[in-house]
Amino acid sequence: MSSKDQLAVKNLHVGFQNKKSFTKIIDGINFSVKKGETLCIVGESGCGKSLTSLSIMGLLPKTGKVSEGEILFDGQDLTGLNEKQMSKIRGNEISMIFQEPMTSLNPVHKIGWQISESIVLHQKLSKKQAEEKAIDMLKLVGIPSPDKRIHQYPHELSGGMRQRVMIAMALSCNPKLLIADEPTTALDVTIQAQILELMNKLKTELHMSIIMITHDLGVVSEIADKVLVMYAGKVVEYSDVKTLFANPQHPYTQGLIESIPKLNEEQDELPIIKGSVPSPDEMPKGCRFSTRCPYATNACFNEVPPMISGEAGHQVHCWKYTECWEIVEKEGLIDAGMRETAAASQLIGS
Amino acid sequence: MAQLQEATIKEVKVQSPRATMYMGMLKRFLQNKLAVVAGFFIVLLIGSALFAPAVAPYDPGAQDYTKIMNSPSAEHWMGTDEIGRDIFSRVIFGARVSLQAGLISVAIALGVGIPVGLIAGYYRGFLDEIIMRITDALLSFPSLVLALALAAVLGAGLENAMIAIGIVLTPNFIRLVRAEVLAHREREYVEAAKASGLRDWRVILVHIFPNTLAPMMVQATLAIASAIISEASLSYLGLGTQPPTPSWGAMLSAGQGYLADAPWIAIAPGIFIFLTVISINLFGDGVRDMLDPKLK
Repeated sequence: MSSKDQLAVKNLHVGFQNKKSFTKIIDGINFSVKKGETLCIVGESGCGKSLTSLSIMGLLPKTGKVSEGEILFDGQDLTGLNEKQMSKIRGNEISMIFQEPMTSLNPVHKIGWQISESIVLHQKLSKKQAEEKAIDMLKLVGIPSPDKRIHQYPHELSGGMRQRVMIAMALSCNPKLLIADEPTTALDVTIQAQILELMNKLKTELHMSIIMITHDLGVVSEIADKVLVMYAGKVVEYSDVKTLFANPQHPYTQGLIESIPKLNEEQDELPIIKGSVPSPDEMPKGCRFSTRCPYATNACFNEVPPMISGEAGHQVHCWKYTECWEIVEKEGLIDAGMRETAAASQLIGS
Repeated sequence: MAQLQEATIKEVKVQSPRATMYMGMLKRFLQNKLAVVAGFFIVLLIGSALFAPAVAPYDPGAQDYTKIMNSPSAEHWMGTDEIGRDIFSRVIFGARVSLQAGLISVAIALGVGIPVGLIAGYYRGFLDEIIMRITDALLSFPSLVLALALAAVLGAGLENAMIAIGIVLTPNFIRLVRAEVLAHREREYVEAAKASGLRDWRVILVHIFPNTLAPMMVQATLAIASAIISEASLSYLGLGTQPPTPSWGAMLSAGQGYLADAPWIAIAPGIFIFLTVISINLFGDGVRDMLDPKLK
């Protein structure tokens, strides 16, 4: 981990424990977020995006468990902290905003009170000072006449306003890391653009890191510095945003990008990725995308693909870019020597 | 016209937001005519119960053998009973017992039901399972039979009757609070509260509990009403208030024997039980509507 990393997730495994068995959902993911950087985690529903963010916050449901790996925040492993230590970090150093602005605010409390609650808790300010800070925060997120708004209840605000309030709440203690779990999904596009612009502005002003969870590649292109593409609990591709859109390598990423409608071309039908995500207990032995991949061979079904690095930290987990792909494609067989050559391969042309 | 508008704007500005909110709530309450009438009756009843010695024209225990079972008259507004006591005075003094029974037994039920329900609903698991099975067991008895059994075990008397009624009412509150907590604990604002670093107890008390208040308020008023009826029933059966203290239930019971000759002995306390119970229910509805911020 370099000293500039705000957050580094190393070999994280998360799953659900029931009486008999442990179902692994996230299987060994790695990524890091530098100070002042935005990382987008992309993937379809159920691929473990939200679970990743909940693991960082330490808010996994009761049966959820981090079984392996570490989450280093400022060099400190969060997985080893107890509830009391964690609650000092939550809302203070790491904040979170949620998908549904309509239900993320408590209907029975005024918004000023809700914002100042965590200010009083973490910054030990008086109620009066906290209220002033709440007004400042509302001003910061662009809410008009904030001194009146703090006396309003959530139902008196529109969806976009509420999401701004949520952002104000999350930023009220100057967190080092903001986790945004699909913050714009429930909003209409114009409001969506405003919120993204606001987040970009605040990121530079407050110099914080953002992890944005989304399934909308449009949002990714607006806000991300780096992108982590996840599929079925594994990372398939990790790269900076320009490279990803200019030169997507993994067949899954390519599929995602192709399935966005293009404005400058006439399309009768959008390309789709055939099939559906396999359930956690019937994952293929090899590459998890192999059941839906147009290029899949025997090797893909049976052997976990190696990570292949390219320029500027571009990483792809796919057999297709290994040096022995041609042999693998023809013969479909792997021996130990080939595995070594494969792992040593470099991604060309990225 | 313009002047008028200016004046209105000035007026609005003078009031603080909090004051405007309370004004709005009061206005909403006053719109509900039935609730206002009910509230008026309750205030009247509480007032006369508090100042019973001043309000009641006679000593509720004073017997006058020259006026046995007199029908209502200017002298005795509700007539006299079988040993010549003034029924109106006895009804006024009986209000003390009934209101006390209603409030205290519901307070007992709330005091036990709210914390137990909050804990069961929030933490779930084994503890929840045990609590719910106990409430199921309690709910499986007809409530009056259970109250009767408990009162019989504890011994006759108003205090014990209130404890018994409180125990009988508790499972309803546990269930209600737990159900509300279950509905609210999965909402995103609870997760958001946890994500802002709040500890469990604060999430429960400050974020979840206030959201359970509206249905609880209604349930509590209903429970006060049914506690008054239960106390009257227990007194009627001889397990509640002991003579000579007047109580509506005991008066009803005593009047039963003279229903053909002097119906007013039973009718007076009966009407008061009815009016009190219905007023409390209507008032409770009004309060709920007033408190709901969405009905502004």
